[in-house]
Amino acid sequence: MEQVLWFGWFRADIISQYAGLFWRGLQMTVVVTLICIVQGTALGLAVGLARVAEARHAPARQLCKYLLQWPAAVYVSFFRGTPLFVQILLIHFAVLPVFINPTDGLLISGEAARDLKQNYGAFLSGVVALTLNSGAYISEIFRAGIQSIDRGQVEASRSLGMSFPRTMYHIILPQAFRRMLPPLGNNAIAMLKDSSLISAIGLAELAYAARTVAGAYSRYWEPYLTISLMYWVLTLGLAYGVKKLEARYGRGDSR
Amino acid sequence: MDEVIRVKGLTKLFGQQAVLRGIDCAIQATEVVCVIGPSGSGKSTFLRCLNGLEEASGGEVLVHGVSVHGVKTDVDALRSEIGMVFQRFNLFPHKTVLENITLAPSKVRGLTPAQARVRACELLEKVGLLEKINAYPSQLSGGQQQRVAIARALAMQPRIMLFDEPTSALDPEMVGEVLAVMQALAEEGMTMVVVTHEMGFARQVADRVLFIDEGLVVEEGSPAAIFDHPQHERTRRFLSKVL
Repeated sequence: MEQVLWFGWFRADIISQYAGLFWRGLQMTVVVTLICIVQGTALGLAVGLARVAEARHAPARQLCKYLLQWPAAVYVSFFRGTPLFVQILLIHFAVLPVFINPTDGLLISGEAARDLKQNYGAFLSGVVALTLNSGAYISEIFRAGIQSIDRGQVEASRSLGMSFPRTMYHIILPQAFRRMLPPLGNNAIAMLKDSSLISAIGLAELAYAARTVAGAYSRYWEPYLTISLMYWVLTLGLAYGVKKLEARYGRGDSR
Repeated sequence: MDEVIRVKGLTKLFGQQAVLRGIDCAIQATEVVCVIGPSGSGKSTFLRCLNGLEEASGGEVLVHGVSVHGVKTDVDALRSEIGMVFQRFNLFPHKTVLENITLAPSKVRGLTPAQARVRACELLEKVGLLEKINAYPSQLSGGQQQRVAIARALAMQPRIMLFDEPTSALDPEMVGEVLAVMQALAEEGMTMVVVTHEMGFARQVADRVLFIDEGLVVEEGSPAAIFDHPQHERTRRFLSKVL
């Protein structure tokens, strides 16, 4: 293939030759990020609620504390207190083989396990690790958001005879969600960028594509500058989407 | 007369501090009881114990014979029969006036949207705010917000209404409009317990006045008895400061 030089130094032909690889990498990055945003938010909501759960009377009061609040606090502490990179390696090489293993997997074993691990192992581990990690951060966003709502809102709702779940759903979470949008947006952007770490276990996303190209040509500007720009465009798009959401859900807010 | 609320030896501790130190009282149907006393005397805490917003440390509160703080009590069902109005209104800022009023009747009582709307309109008419039906709370004055809060509580068709210093957060010129709504409610025969600093309202509307100080009911009686012939030194001292 003929060399194409931009500005006298940028080998554009390398990028166009590997356009398919970059495109599939981009798709993988987007898919992994979206899955993890959705799952991480659901997990974060559940854990965040567990951390603020309270009950009026024993023994429900003690159950809340030891079966909800404490485990949730330990989970959050672990996943915020250890590097995501280490979590990815731990889950892929240590945890996943316990569950999916050709000889004695707890969930899946035999030939199916071999195929699954071969074809989707990195994807599974990466999604699980990033979901667990972001769930910890998002649960803190939910907890802070819920606790930032004036206590009088809960009292007004409960004194109307609305149960705790109804109060959460109709009164607290809609108000908290508005305040949580900016930090949730930040977190989504962080997840998009952190998904590059999953390349370490061989998931063919953007960073992996760049490393492949760099290895083939021993050229570094072209692939890494290219994916930098691609990440940048993606994060700009995400930030724009969050801004739109804020404008839409900010209406009618008095504060 | 029917007894709707019975309080027996109610105590409440916040940490080491005793806020309520053994309150006994009974409130009859259609009675309007005003609770007065210095700030920090425990009168708001007492009111909040009546619908279980505050846990009791000891003693018992019975509403229609049901123990408010009992382990097996369906506290949501109980509260749906007891309206409460707060000092700081506590309207839901993300919902319109109409939505504020219709939410609980639709979710808890199962009213259809049309039924809930009809009820909301009637109540807004009553508190003189029908034209604000689609406004958000932030677009209303304090007095208007408090009238909406009263309409919201009434929409559940409660048998008892609790008022926790309903005019204390209002500018002076808005106090009258809220008190007028409360007086009209009293005249319709609603059972009301009102914690208030409005002595004029207590004297005019109350059937009975409780003077609470340091977590105890020091004195109770008709407004005339309490305001004109207080028996206790503490009551006299308090009244000399506020009247």
